[in-house]
Amino acid sequence: MNFSNLLRLALRAIMRNKTRALLTMLGIIIGIAAVIAMLSLGESVKKRMKDEFASMGTNSIMVVPARQHRGGVDMGNSSSKSLDLSDYRALVEGCHYVAAFSPEITSSGQMIFGSNNHFGSLTGVAPGYLLINNLEVERGLMFTDADVQSLAKVCVIGQTVVDELFADGTDPLGQTVRFNNKPMKIIGILKKKGQGNMGSDDDDVVLAPYTTVQKRFLGINYFFMLQASAVSQEASQLAADEIKHILRSTHHISEGDDDDFDIFTMDQVLSSMDKVMGLLTLLLTAIASISLVVGGIGIMNIMYVTVTERTREIGLRMAIGARQRDIMLQFLLESVVLSLLGGLIGIVVGILMAYGGTAAMALSYALSYKAIGISFVVCVAVGVFFGWYPAKKAANLDPIQAIRYE
Amino acid sequence: MPANNIIEISNLRRDFAVGTEVVYALRGLSFGVAQGEFVSIMGTSGSGKSTLLNILGCLDTPTSGSYVIDGTDVARLSRNELADIRNRKIGFVFQSYNLLPRTSVLENVELPLMYNRTYSSRQRRERAMEVIARVGLENRVQHTSAQLSGGQQQRVAIARALVTDPVIILADEATGNLDTRTSYEIMALFQQLHEAGTTIAFVTHEPDIAAFTNRTIKLRDGHIVDDSPVHPLDAQAALDALPTDEDY
Repeated sequence: MNFSNLLRLALRAIMRNKTRALLTMLGIIIGIAAVIAMLSLGESVKKRMKDEFASMGTNSIMVVPARQHRGGVDMGNSSSKSLDLSDYRALVEGCHYVAAFSPEITSSGQMIFGSNNHFGSLTGVAPGYLLINNLEVERGLMFTDADVQSLAKVCVIGQTVVDELFADGTDPLGQTVRFNNKPMKIIGILKKKGQGNMGSDDDDVVLAPYTTVQKRFLGINYFFMLQASAVSQEASQLAADEIKHILRSTHHISEGDDDDFDIFTMDQVLSSMDKVMGLLTLLLTAIASISLVVGGIGIMNIMYVTVTERTREIGLRMAIGARQRDIMLQFLLESVVLSLLGGLIGIVVGILMAYGGTAAMALSYALSYKAIGISFVVCVAVGVFFGWYPAKKAANLDPIQAIRYE
Repeated sequence: MPANNIIEISNLRRDFAVGTEVVYALRGLSFGVAQGEFVSIMGTSGSGKSTLLNILGCLDTPTSGSYVIDGTDVARLSRNELADIRNRKIGFVFQSYNLLPRTSVLENVELPLMYNRTYSSRQRRERAMEVIARVGLENRVQHTSAQLSGGQQQRVAIARALVTDPVIILADEATGNLDTRTSYEIMALFQQLHEAGTTIAFVTHEPDIAAFTNRTIKLRDGHIVDDSPVHPLDAQAALDALPTDEDY
């Protein structure tokens, strides 16, 4: 019997028992829908997280002092004073894969303008900080290297600070504010950035020349950390290697000894996040696909019932000349069609679920075509795998007994 | 051995192992059926007629002896080769019709041709319509078996047996589920087919049905006890002779 006739036969057999077919397909429908929804949602969440990290600068590299241990006591990494101006200068001169460097030191305290005050932090940086962190000055200017040289009492503030201190509408540009009772002139306002990755407010910043913060506010000569931006995301690792090499030499670390600093690249963070998200999606998909196995067993069960119910029909078909292969194909195709129909419904349900889910989580919806393709293949595989034994049983029936079966 | 024998059986044996014992169902049969014959095979239950029918129908193979149908020795063929022989050379008519449920007359009749790839769907349809007309159901083509009487269903089954133009039609108690009048109608149809040249083997245990055939082979305990030509009764005449008030 040719394929189109077999297909018609399978469809007709399924349509004759609509309710039963639908119930049989339920496992497949749920399984495929869950898999599609999981993969699509995973894709959407991943995309969202990537976008957010990208807004922090995908090329960025952080250098922090390594954790210190003294006499078996973990002193943390802020206790170390290993990064200083000489490191910074050596790096600025020696690195080829780095587009910008900036030290970072922070002082927290009260900022006052007129009768308003705001508690926040003052971050000492170099002008390159803007490039590294994807920041832009909206109005006014960023301070310059000359300001850094001269320990200028100038600052650039974020939108939250503007809102807090200048709620009455005064133009902040050119105004002098006091931070921990020391006057600072506002020379620039940063463009609004919005909420950060971990829920922090990226607009609650006050940037000042690092020399100003070091000498005028904290009275120290080291940095909390160094930030850098590689020339491209691909060059991140090269840049990190470069930095490591230079710092080991400026710190006189001999071969075989541990670094007294740690380097993190956003590239590493992104790829490890990618890995974690991938694993999470895989896990959820694996759980969802258990339903596919259950659905497959349902199909197998109903195919056994069908074969038994239609024993006489099988006997007749054999008597009038059906080969074993014809019978085998007839029932195999029926289970594949059953599974595929379930898969189709499941794909539609899954897309709707993913659509609703992304809408509820305010994510952009990313349809996973790969997941749909895989679903089709899986459905055919389930149909063949679980339909095989019932079909084999049908094909192996003895026509003499089958045709007289009551 | 006459050259025009459609079926040639010699020293045919069929044993069954039942537990530790062996049942000898057929104990060395030899006979031939010539082209165009209308033979009835008679016997009580246990006589071996079902076993013989299964072998004649290529559903079963003999333990020993030979069975040649239309020039092909089928005694040692594989399962799939037997399926092809059944498809091309044999037409079955069963006691309980065995039509596919919820399927039209046309599709039921077309069914054997589905397993013969040399037929296009158009040829299949044309051939099916031809034999449906021969059994007088041309006005019932799209009816399903549930919408047909027992006699009509058996006519569909006969059309299905005829559709492949087989060398022999094997009928297994084909009137067993029908009342007398309908039985006679079916026998009249078989006689018509026979007159048109179709070879028919009719298995029955009813002597008054066997009386419509041209030759009777009687089986008992796996042996042929009688094989003689008979002068057949005219089924149409018998039908006309039935009292009309017995209708329905």
